[in-house]
Amino acid sequence: MPEPTVRAVPAVLAVDYFQSYSVVGLLALIGVLFVAVAFGAGRLLRPVVPTPEKLLTYECGVDPVGEGWAHTQVRYYVYAFLYVIFAVDSIFLFPWATVFAAPGYGATTLVEMFIFLGFLAVGLLYAYKKGVLTWT
Amino acid sequence: MNDVLDVALRLLVVFAVFLVLPLVIGQTEHKVMAHMQGRLGPMYAGGFHGWAQLVADGVKFAQKEDVVPANADRRVFQLAPAIALLPYLLVLVAIPVGPGEGAVGEVVDAGIFFVLAVMGVGVLGSLMAGWASANKFSLLGGLRTAAQLLAYELPMLLAAASVAMAAGTVSLPGIVDAFEWWWLPWQITGALVFFVAGLAELQRPPFDMPVADSEIIFGAYTEYTGLRFALFLLAEYAGIVVLCGLTTVLFLGGWHGPFGAEGLGWVWTLLKTAVLAFVVIWLRVSYPRLREDQLQKLAWTTLVPLALAQIALTGVVKVVIQ
Repeated sequence: MPEPTVRAVPAVLAVDYFQSYSVVGLLALIGVLFVAVAFGAGRLLRPVVPTPEKLLTYECGVDPVGEGWAHTQVRYYVYAFLYVIFAVDSIFLFPWATVFAAPGYGATTLVEMFIFLGFLAVGLLYAYKKGVLTWT
Repeated sequence: MNDVLDVALRLLVVFAVFLVLPLVIGQTEHKVMAHMQGRLGPMYAGGFHGWAQLVADGVKFAQKEDVVPANADRRVFQLAPAIALLPYLLVLVAIPVGPGEGAVGEVVDAGIFFVLAVMGVGVLGSLMAGWASANKFSLLGGLRTAAQLLAYELPMLLAAASVAMAAGTVSLPGIVDAFEWWWLPWQITGALVFFVAGLAELQRPPFDMPVADSEIIFGAYTEYTGLRFALFLLAEYAGIVVLCGLTTVLFLGGWHGPFGAEGLGWVWTLLKTAVLAFVVIWLRVSYPRLREDQLQKLAWTTLVPLALAQIALTGVVKVVIQ
């Protein structure tokens, strides 16, 4: 019965895989604990004397006018679109990067890479031509 | 039992490094900046050349009143410093300082991926602080932080991808293992792009537009006092440690050195990281702040094309030498 042994191998790999992330999770827990202890100790050490003036929003010493959550013109929302498009594209580079030079790939993957880079470059050039990359 | 002890020891060391190295860099910054500007810097605290200045600062911060503005979104405002700080602790665990599995906190398979993703989370802290403060200056600072992340994350990602291509793996120890000395000239463009983009993500001068004191007071951190403000500062210096460490591991060969790589590999890593940290401080003293539009222009019209060119070069060379 060879089947069980074949199935056991991926299971072991998966356990190893998640073990490394469980250590990361443990460190995250230590970090949270550190912040909690720091905030807790801070609460014991510091004075608490609130006054209405102190709790006022700070705007160069003058009483604030209007709300803090003011309307602002977000000038770079087109950059945000560009970023999302490009970042999602470049994520695909990483799995490809690990195998592209493996025996048997070579020239084919290289041509693929230049097509990929060409798409990115043309996209960037188009955005540049359209004047998206200059601050308005 | 031994495994548990091993993991505990590793985590303890990572945590100690996370607490000590940022302070060392902070103190170095005090002294180096002072001497570059013809001053002495801190001289009193601790007796010998003011070595305990940052410890004294920490005590001062812990004793200060913690003010949360009446208009602020209280919960988010209070949580923001933790969100800004903790990602850098998590990144430290994946950075290898020496050869073999003994000299890294934990071998994370998709190392580069993990590191870049977690580093991006840190910026969320500034964004939360900027929005939750209910302060116009903070909001502007937070938005500038977001813009900067959008612009500089991409060249950083592309430069890192170039190294992954060269090494044929995305694991950080694997990349350092594969390193040869001639990678240095081969990947130099990528290294510069990565380092500059990293500086911008940390909002270090000359990329400190989000905290430009002459324009928007202190950006997202304007309303913060005491311990919470100190945590933001700690996050900045932990960020320097992480950025310099990553640049060392990805581009400068980590524990490889002209000699003694087997036993003293970690010394090489630390040395290279320290030199890079010195450069970070040096840049702060020598360059004026970039304007917001210049910031975006540098990223999109210089760094991204350079990173793409580096990827093309890496691909061609790698296939040719195979």
